[in-house]
Amino acid sequence: MVGTSLVADAGSGAGAERPTPTKAATLTVSAKEDIAEGVVSLTLTHPGGARLPDWTPGSHIDVVLPGGAVRQYSLCGDRWDAYAYRVAVLREPAGRGGSAHVHDRLRPGDRVGVGGPRNHFPLVPSEKYLFIAGGIGITPLLPMMHQAELLGADWQLLYGGRTRSSMAFREELTAAYGERVHVVPQDELGLLDLAAWLGTPRPDTKVYCCGPAPLLAAVEAACVSWPPYALRVERFSAGAQTAPVRNTPFEVELRRTGHTVTVTPDISVLEAVRRAGADVLSSCEQGTCGTCLTTVLEGQPDHRDSVLADHERAANDCMFLCVSRSCGDRLVLDI
Amino acid sequence: MTEALERAVVPPVSDADPFAHEVLVEPEPLHQALREAGPVVYLSRYDVHALARYEQVHAALVDWQHFESGSGVGLANFRHEEPWRTPSLLLEADPPRHDAPRRVLREVLAPPALRRLRETWHTVAEELVDQVLAGGTEFDGFAALAEAFPLRAFPDAVGLGPDGREHLLPYGNMAFNAFGPRNDLVAADAHRVAELSVWVNAQCEREALSEDGFGRQIWDAADRGDLTHEQAPLVVRSLLTAGVDTTVHGLAACLYAFATHPEEWRRLRERPELARAAFEEAVRWQSPVQTFFRTATTDVAIAGTVIPADTKILMFLGAANRDPARWHDPDRFDLTRDPSGHVGFGMGLHQCIGQHVARLEAEALLTALARRVERMELTGTPHRHPNNTLRSWASLPLRVQPAA
Repeated sequence: MVGTSLVADAGSGAGAERPTPTKAATLTVSAKEDIAEGVVSLTLTHPGGARLPDWTPGSHIDVVLPGGAVRQYSLCGDRWDAYAYRVAVLREPAGRGGSAHVHDRLRPGDRVGVGGPRNHFPLVPSEKYLFIAGGIGITPLLPMMHQAELLGADWQLLYGGRTRSSMAFREELTAAYGERVHVVPQDELGLLDLAAWLGTPRPDTKVYCCGPAPLLAAVEAACVSWPPYALRVERFSAGAQTAPVRNTPFEVELRRTGHTVTVTPDISVLEAVRRAGADVLSSCEQGTCGTCLTTVLEGQPDHRDSVLADHERAANDCMFLCVSRSCGDRLVLDI
Repeated sequence: MTEALERAVVPPVSDADPFAHEVLVEPEPLHQALREAGPVVYLSRYDVHALARYEQVHAALVDWQHFESGSGVGLANFRHEEPWRTPSLLLEADPPRHDAPRRVLREVLAPPALRRLRETWHTVAEELVDQVLAGGTEFDGFAALAEAFPLRAFPDAVGLGPDGREHLLPYGNMAFNAFGPRNDLVAADAHRVAELSVWVNAQCEREALSEDGFGRQIWDAADRGDLTHEQAPLVVRSLLTAGVDTTVHGLAACLYAFATHPEEWRRLRERPELARAAFEEAVRWQSPVQTFFRTATTDVAIAGTVIPADTKILMFLGAANRDPARWHDPDRFDLTRDPSGHVGFGMGLHQCIGQHVARLEAEALLTALARRVERMELTGTPHRHPNNTLRSWASLPLRVQPAA
C-alpha cells in the first residue's frame, strides 16, 4: 500500500490492473492537404496508433491549438476507419486566428489536443433528406450522405459556394453521387434558389443545413411552414469556449480525502487522482461511457467528453475525469 | 488473404459445451481451460471461434467494424436464420442503423438525467430493507432483495402500468436463453413465447406508458423525429429486455459476495461510499452477462488465427473478467481492487447503455443495507438458475444481524 492509498494493489506490483495507459487526448497531425482554395484537410491519428473514439455523422471535435485556442471542426472522414479523424479547415481572414494558425503554422507531425467527439447535429431517420451546404458547411454533411446511401434513403445535396474552386469535396461528390448533387457556385449561378427547393413543405423529408449564418437564417425562414423538427441545422457558436485551454499544470483538490494533486499536461485528471490514492471508477477512458462522472465543487472544468449536453457542461458541477481538464488553476472535486 | 491463411495459426480445438447446465452453473473451470488453451479456441460442437482472454475479448468488443452485431449476438446467425423476434435496434444492429436508437436511449439514461431518480431510489431501498428486516432476520436474499428492489424501482422509472409486471423476469430469462443454442433451456420456455411477447410488446406502446418515465421520453423523441414511430416501441422493448434480469442478478452477485466475504462487508459498512465500487467488483467477479457473440464481417485475424467472414465468435466476458493476465488474484472478490476496465458491461459501441441505471440501483440498495445490517451470512447452499447467457440465481438463503 502506498501512503494513504485506498487501492491496496497500487504499490504491490499489480500494474496489470490498470487499463491501458491513460491516453492523454493528444493526437498527431499525420497529414495536411490543400483540398480547395482556402481549405486544408487535416488527418489526425493517435501517437501510439490506438483506435480513436467512435463517432457518428454530424459529430465535431474540439481541437486545441498550440496557443491554447479551441476550435470546433466537423468530422468528415470515414467512421469505418477507427484510426484516423479527418477535418477540413477554411481559412477565415476575419477570424480570431485559429484557422490562420492551422493553415500557416500547423505541420504534419505536430500534436494537437482534441476533445470529444460530440454530436449536436445527428442524422435522424427519414425516407428522404435534403442536404444544404454553404461552403465549408459541407463537412458534417459529407458522412451523412454516405450513410443516407447505406440506409437506402432518397437524398439530394444543394451545395453553394463562392466559386467552384473554393468548394471542397465538390468533384468527389459529383463523381460518387451524380445527379443527387447540385453544385451552385455563386460567381456562375448566383445564390441558392431556396424558394424553389424549400417553397413547398415535404412531410417525408428532413432538411439538414450547415454553412454561414446568413444561409442558416435564409433556410430557417424558408422552412417556417415545414413540419416542426424537419429542419436540422448545425450552429457553431463562436466564443462558446471563453477561457483558453491550459497547457500548463493545474491543481486538483480532493475535498473528501483532503489531498491536493498537480495535474501536468501529460497525464489525465483520472491518473493524477489515482496516483493520490483515490479510487475512482472508470471504464472506456475515452470520455464516451460516463462511468467516471465526478462532482465538481469549485472551479471550471474544461470538458472534453462526448457525453454531456451543452447546458450540462455550462453548469460546471460535474466532469468526466478520464479526458476533461481544468480551465483555471484549480478544481475542487467531491472525492 | 491467401498469404494470411497460409501463415495462419490453427487454433486449439475444444469439444466442450459452454451451454451445458453444469458449465452454466459453474463456468470457471471451462473459462480457465479456454484462457490457457490460447487466445482463440475453436469450439467444434457449435462451429464457432471463442475468445476467453481479456485482451482479445476487449479488442473484439470495441472493433464493431470487424465484429458485427447485426447478425445477432447469440449463436443464431441472422444472415441465415430467422430471429425469434424482431431484432433489437440496439443490441442487434450496427452503424448506421444503430445510431439513432442508441443516441436517444443514451440521452434518456445519461448520468445527469438520472439525478432526479437518486433520492427516490434511496428511499425505495430503505423502505424495502426495513420491510424485509421487519419480517425476520432469515430470508431468501434473492427473492426478498435482489429481485424485489429492481422490480419496485425500474418498471416505475420506465413508466409501466401496475399489471403484469410478473412477466418481466420470465421474459428476460427467455430472451437471454435465446442467445444460446436451441437447447432444453430454450425449449422449456417455448410454450410461453407468444404470451410473454404479446405482453411485453403491449407495454411498449405509448398508451401503456406513464407521462414521466423513460418510455414516454423515447416516444417524445419519436415525436421530434429523432426516431421513427416504428422504432420507438422497439427501443422501449430494449429497456424491458435488458434492464431487469441483468440488474437482478448483478445485485444477487453483490449479496452473495458479501455473505461469503464478511471482511468486505465490514469495509463497506465503514465506508458506504464504496457501494458503487462494490457493485462494479461484483459485476467483474460474477459477470451477470457471461457471453455474447459477434459475427466476422470479413476474414479477420486474431492473434494469427484467421476467423472466416460470416462466422460466429463467442466472447466469454466472464472469463475475460477473471483473466490473471489482466487482474491480480482475479478469483477474489476484493473491494480494495480497482475493477475499472472490466467488460461485464461490454465495451465500445454496444457497451451497456443502462449501466448508470444499474449502478444507481445498486448504490441505493447497498447503502440502505450497509446502514441497517451488521453482518450477513449464508444459511444454506445458494442455488443457481441455469441460463444460456446470464449468470443467474434461484435462491440465496441469508441470515442477517441488524445493526444496533
